[in-house]
Amino acid sequence: MAPPPPRRLLLLLLLIGFLAAASLATLAAAVYEDQVGLADWHQKYIGKVKQAVYHSQKSGRRRVVVLTEENVIASLDLRSGDIIWRHVIEKNDLVDQLNVVTLSSGGSILRAWNLPDGQMIWETNLQVSKASKPLLHVLSNNIVAKDNLVIVSSGRRIYAISSIDGAISWEKEFSLDGLEIKQVVQSPESDIIYAIGLAGSSKLNLYQLNVKTGEIVKHIQESFPSALCGETVLGSHNVLVALDETRSGLYLIEFKGESISYSKVHISDLVQGLSGTVKLLPLLSNGVIALQASSTVSLLKLKGTDGLEVIQSFEHPAVVSDALTITEKDEAFAVVQHAGSEIEFVVKFTSDVSNEFIREKINIDQHRGNIQKVFLNNYIRTDKSHGFRALVVMEDHSLLLVQQGAVVWSREDGLASIVDVTTSELPVEKDGVSVANVEHDLFEWLKGHMLKLKGTLMLASTDELAAIQAMRLKSSQKNKMTRDHNGFRKLIIVLTKAGKVIALHTGDGRIIWSNLLPSLRASKSGEMPSALRIYQWQVPHHRVMHENPSILIVGKSGADSAAPGVLSVLDSYSGEELNSLRLDHSVAQIIPLTLKDSSEHRLQLIVDSHSRGHLYPRSPDALNVFLHEMSNTYLYTVDIEKNVIRGHSLQKSCDNSDDEYCFSTKELWSIVFPSDTERIALSETRKMNEVVHTQAKIIADQDVMYKYLSKNLVFVATVSPKAAGEIGSAAPEEAWLVAYLIDAVTGRILHRVTHHGAQGPVVSENWVVYHYFNLQAHRFEMAVIEIYDQSRADNKDVMKLILGKHNLSAPITSYTRPEVMVKSQSYFFTYSVKAIAVTQTAKGITTKQLLIGTIGDQVLALDKRFVDPRRSVNPTQQEKEEGIIPLTDALPIIPTSYVTHSLQVEALRGIVSIPSKLESTTLVFTYGVDLFYTRLAPSRTYDSLTDEFSYALLLITIAALVAAIVFTWIWSEKKELSDKWR
Amino acid sequence: MAAHLLLVILAVVAACAGAASAYQPGSAEGHTIAGRIKIDAASAKGFGLPAKTSNTKVILNGGQRVTFARPDGYFAFHNVPAGTHLIEVSSLGYLFSPVRVDISARNPGHIQAALTENRRVLNELVLEPLREEQYYETREPFSIMSLLKSPMGMMLGFMVIMVFVMPKMMENIDPEEIKQAQEQMRNSPVPSFSGLLARANS
Repeated sequence: MAPPPPRRLLLLLLLIGFLAAASLATLAAAVYEDQVGLADWHQKYIGKVKQAVYHSQKSGRRRVVVLTEENVIASLDLRSGDIIWRHVIEKNDLVDQLNVVTLSSGGSILRAWNLPDGQMIWETNLQVSKASKPLLHVLSNNIVAKDNLVIVSSGRRIYAISSIDGAISWEKEFSLDGLEIKQVVQSPESDIIYAIGLAGSSKLNLYQLNVKTGEIVKHIQESFPSALCGETVLGSHNVLVALDETRSGLYLIEFKGESISYSKVHISDLVQGLSGTVKLLPLLSNGVIALQASSTVSLLKLKGTDGLEVIQSFEHPAVVSDALTITEKDEAFAVVQHAGSEIEFVVKFTSDVSNEFIREKINIDQHRGNIQKVFLNNYIRTDKSHGFRALVVMEDHSLLLVQQGAVVWSREDGLASIVDVTTSELPVEKDGVSVANVEHDLFEWLKGHMLKLKGTLMLASTDELAAIQAMRLKSSQKNKMTRDHNGFRKLIIVLTKAGKVIALHTGDGRIIWSNLLPSLRASKSGEMPSALRIYQWQVPHHRVMHENPSILIVGKSGADSAAPGVLSVLDSYSGEELNSLRLDHSVAQIIPLTLKDSSEHRLQLIVDSHSRGHLYPRSPDALNVFLHEMSNTYLYTVDIEKNVIRGHSLQKSCDNSDDEYCFSTKELWSIVFPSDTERIALSETRKMNEVVHTQAKIIADQDVMYKYLSKNLVFVATVSPKAAGEIGSAAPEEAWLVAYLIDAVTGRILHRVTHHGAQGPVVSENWVVYHYFNLQAHRFEMAVIEIYDQSRADNKDVMKLILGKHNLSAPITSYTRPEVMVKSQSYFFTYSVKAIAVTQTAKGITTKQLLIGTIGDQVLALDKRFVDPRRSVNPTQQEKEEGIIPLTDALPIIPTSYVTHSLQVEALRGIVSIPSKLESTTLVFTYGVDLFYTRLAPSRTYDSLTDEFSYALLLITIAALVAAIVFTWIWSEKKELSDKWR
Repeated sequence: MAAHLLLVILAVVAACAGAASAYQPGSAEGHTIAGRIKIDAASAKGFGLPAKTSNTKVILNGGQRVTFARPDGYFAFHNVPAGTHLIEVSSLGYLFSPVRVDISARNPGHIQAALTENRRVLNELVLEPLREEQYYETREPFSIMSLLKSPMGMMLGFMVIMVFVMPKMMENIDPEEIKQAQEQMRNSPVPSFSGLLARANS
């Protein structure tokens, strides 16, 4: 027996090694269940709390049901602040206790929720007038057997609904015209409820109704000499306090059986130096009411029935909670005010307002701003005394539970209302800092590997699996605060509606820093600034590497469009405000230019409402850079109201100011859409930072197509006026959608497509993909337009390219008439779409994927090859080789390609894709009420080994191979020796 | 085993006619779309999501209105104007087809429903999932075959073949030829593998 020739063995080894390396790249596919949480994270939020109802049953978890400004109803665990259940409902108004009952859609839908699991129990539709403010009141005692009645009133109509099944037990429409019910009060003893309403503005009506039948027992009307503004508060059981129309006087209205008597008190007599609008704070009883002006909160007490006296005034910002019934006679309420860096939490009883039951000082993070709301709750201590805790809503929308002078838990719920997102690199790792967290203990190391082995062999128990997962998370080093080689670790910097800037780590989503910007906080004069956008301001490279990167936040100081803008620059590593600027002009449009000055500041052009451009940063260096490029800078504005798109060029200096950073604009072109047939629905342009790898596209028959790559391409979609509404509102023959591709420099329409029987919504990208509803087929459709440059189509000859007889290096200019070729196609898509984005990678080589936020709040990744206009029903062999998928009428929905796997991003609003340094991988951040982050490899990780790669198996194989080599060597030696002996 | 316990009861009821009208005074033009979502609890399996209707949302016209299914799966939209509407069901773990609902203006109370995915006309508005969705790739259970199929396993397998089968094959070749080949190899300047290792050892 001859041994195999050793040289051949070596070659074979090499070959097999290659094969193995090649096949490794195909290992990563969709997410396995045990991979959840390795590269992705999901955070649940609820938004700014506007109402809270405590539920402290004897058994089970203590919980609080909250209703938020993001239209979320949620049940929170009072101990930890965790969400037990949560629903996003449409615009809601009110919540009340007992069963959890919510009133939404302007008072027309009443729903009851099951407290333990959040299941909807019943839903009742009510007929209400949309104009009036609805009231919800749950009758608390069980006079009517065990069935509690829910009273809903709106306008002049009142409903009583059974809380068990939602059936309407009675309804009453008062005959009086213009009546609006302001208050529903329950009589403590009898079967009578009182409905207090205003007719016109000065006629007060009191109705007494029978709870069981809704019959009017009594009706009293009283006219007032001056008008009432409508704000009323029940001071005690028979005295109603109402503000008059000028908000300067209070009426004390007393009900005495059959009659009404009233007296008027001037507020200025009671409280000196009140300014701003005066508001009555709802519901403090035992004759105590609270009056809020812009600078103070005053507590007033009724003196008999015809006078009021001030007990105490609190300087703004101070907040008073609703009264909480402690005993039959006594009620408690909380006052919270700021004292330096701390807040003071004071609990008082309405029976003895001058005394304080509790006064606690609580230290609160400075970046939370002022207190906005407080909800008081009590509990019985072990020594039978009363303890109090309170939920506090802060200016940055966060929610805190305070108890015994400390913050028990806090929720950063400002993250539920993200306005804009940007990213920042982390600091570079300094030399000398030890990186490798070496497993110092050999035993631990061995144990870890034993566990992993067990896991691979599927022998591990659930506990052990959890331990493996924890170990993986720990060892992945994804949470470090330094830049990594692959560019996976970054800071996601978000701007919230409250004006807070928060930096999240991509590793686990924890908050690195947060800063509530002073320039975006509500001022005492009552103007409400709004946060607009967030941009990268300075991204240091080689020359200014030692500086920290910074970000720019643009906001408006008021609600209307002419309000002056505010700028603020923040350090990306620490969140400190470096600079804050109040602009003397408004912000209508912000154009991030692709230019940088010598200190690597990104240049931004802010266009104000008078269409003048303002350059930032205001430095001579930036101005020089910009002046150089100014003649090539064009901008366009879309005026949806006037149905016009205008193109502008910039001219040096403004007409009537000597500000050299101000530029006037000159209108170059405009496209006016006929407003009786088309309304602008949407406009979109390419992302400025998008990287394109190659202009040429080689198609199946070795032919080349040149992509038309212009940064000035604008996609505009218009819909017919009738189709602008909801789906059910238009007939197919009167609805159409027109898609335009417009060159923003010249205003030339490059392409125009009409989709009959279609209506929005639309989203676009580089090639344009948009989504709309096809009324004829009654299905959603997605259409794609690809645009190619025909003028370069004859650059196919290799000889020409070599000899330089091509026009590839000729400058592209928008002024020459482009010869373009446009291909388009459309497909059915099952779902409604909330957002579309496209994956961005570092070099643009990787195949793109569309990220589609569906109506079910999931994100679906759809390969761009599915929306390729060159798809045909029967692709040729060559086209198949190129990767063209046979045409189908609908786009496939593959469950494993949901990026969010089995999670939902409630109320999804935006998807952001951020390139990492690794070409194959992109980082995806999705936000709505929830946040979701994951790493995505659209063409699989072809340039790196996956986390799944089994190094142990590789080592074992190498060891086995070496052993085999040694074995064969010894064998052949022996053979040779015996051959020689022979 | 998936017993269809509850049969269809409620289909589509117009609000202006029938019992529901008592609840809705003055709703002359509004119609009610009422239906039911049926998810077979018995067939629900997989990633630990209970087939509960509490996380099932019903969406009218791409988000114009949202409602939730009751414990028994019933849902309703009230005050819907006549016209053609679209109902979508969002339930984690299931794929539902959107439903086209036509409410006739001329013929009050006459409502038609059809699935848009497969154009199936529904007699009653009972929505069943088209399929269950598995969001995760299922892991193959551990087996010797999968280990052998992995590149490393194939490497080993190939080597074993080379070591044990090749010599057998060599035996069948004419010994004269082998001798010739060996002769050639000895003459060639390339050092043999065993020689290489031997030299490295010495």
